[in-house]
Amino acid sequence: MRTSAPLVAAALALLVFAGCRQGMYDQARYEPYEDSDFFADGRASRLLVEGTVPRGWLRADPVLYTGIGADGGFAAELPVALTRELVERGRQRFEIFCSPCHGRTGDGLGMIVQRGFKQPASFHEARLRAMPYGYFFDVVTNGFGQMSSYASMVPVADRWAIAAYVRVLQTSRYIAVDELPAEDRRRLEAAR
Amino acid sequence: MAQIFHRSTNTVAKVTLFGAVFFVAVAGWVAATLDRSAYSTRQGVVREQPVPFSHDHHVVALGIDCRYCHTAVETEAFAGIPPTTTCINCHKLIWNESDMLAPVRASLAEDTPIRWTRVHDLPDFVYFDHSIHVAKGVGCATCHGRVDQMPLVYQAASLQMEWCLECHRHPERYVGPREQVFNMAWKAPDQATLGPALVAEYHVDPRTDCSTCHR
Repeated sequence: MRTSAPLVAAALALLVFAGCRQGMYDQARYEPYEDSDFFADGRASRLLVEGTVPRGWLRADPVLYTGIGADGGFAAELPVALTRELVERGRQRFEIFCSPCHGRTGDGLGMIVQRGFKQPASFHEARLRAMPYGYFFDVVTNGFGQMSSYASMVPVADRWAIAAYVRVLQTSRYIAVDELPAEDRRRLEAAR
Repeated sequence: MAQIFHRSTNTVAKVTLFGAVFFVAVAGWVAATLDRSAYSTRQGVVREQPVPFSHDHHVVALGIDCRYCHTAVETEAFAGIPPTTTCINCHKLIWNESDMLAPVRASLAEDTPIRWTRVHDLPDFVYFDHSIHVAKGVGCATCHGRVDQMPLVYQAASLQMEWCLECHRHPERYVGPREQVFNMAWKAPDQATLGPALVAEYHVDPRTDCSTCHR
């Protein structure tokens, strides 16, 4: 049967093409989070040995990394410069990580709360308006009540940005008239 | 004297000549089609997962941002699969007795990761970095499709080299504003004018040398 020769060749070629991929596709190295039969716990991505300080992770400035001042109380001042950029970053991060529960305005009526999560306090109540920046940094870092710690999800710089933005939200609803910028004050008096 | 060749040899000869061209061409076409098919690329094929996580529910119904879970997408090569604790942030109080979420609670209690099945798995000989694509205005949906509308995740694109090169050769057809990268529904009102402007503004210069991705 000579006619079948091209067919056989084609079939063989297909087999060859089909067979030549997997070795290079899955090489003998790990991808992030791949499982491993080498380590007892099955994880290729190893956890840090306790007490390890990665480069750039030295927490030498206690106020910056804990939100606690030298007097043992929450830091009253931001340890980073308060700029428009910081506040814009804070808004973005707040809307990603905080707004699901706290709501975009900080009233504590986010979508997850509407679906049954415990309602957090509104940022606009007097107790929280009186809290210093360091308090909000501390809550993001360590959690509070039913809120988990967000330390692994939100880096330190972003936590301060969020703290700054929380103050912006608070100010948006509560500010003494004589603290308003002249322009806003004029508009307010005009609207009276 | 009897004929050396049987009469049918004429046919055989013709078929063989024809076959040299035709059968090889067909074999090539079959191979190329198979290679581009979902059978090979797994494009559009839902992969079974230990927990039937719905992006549709979490993104569209609840409005959770991509980055709440995929925290590394802006800074790292790998976008990040959330640890179990991220699920527990909400599911400690919501659906905390659901059978569907039993593997999540078991993972937390036993401190063992959930074994998700990887959906987008590039070959190991390809280098890929999420952060640079995000920084240059390539939206999530450009490559991943409308994940926000997927009850179960599948790979929307073929992830074949010709697909990568289409954008690396013509970035102006795909690049969008940075602030819309995570907006899954964003569509350029006029990509023909916006695209080239953004490519210039963001200095988008995707290389097409072999060693750009195969390093």
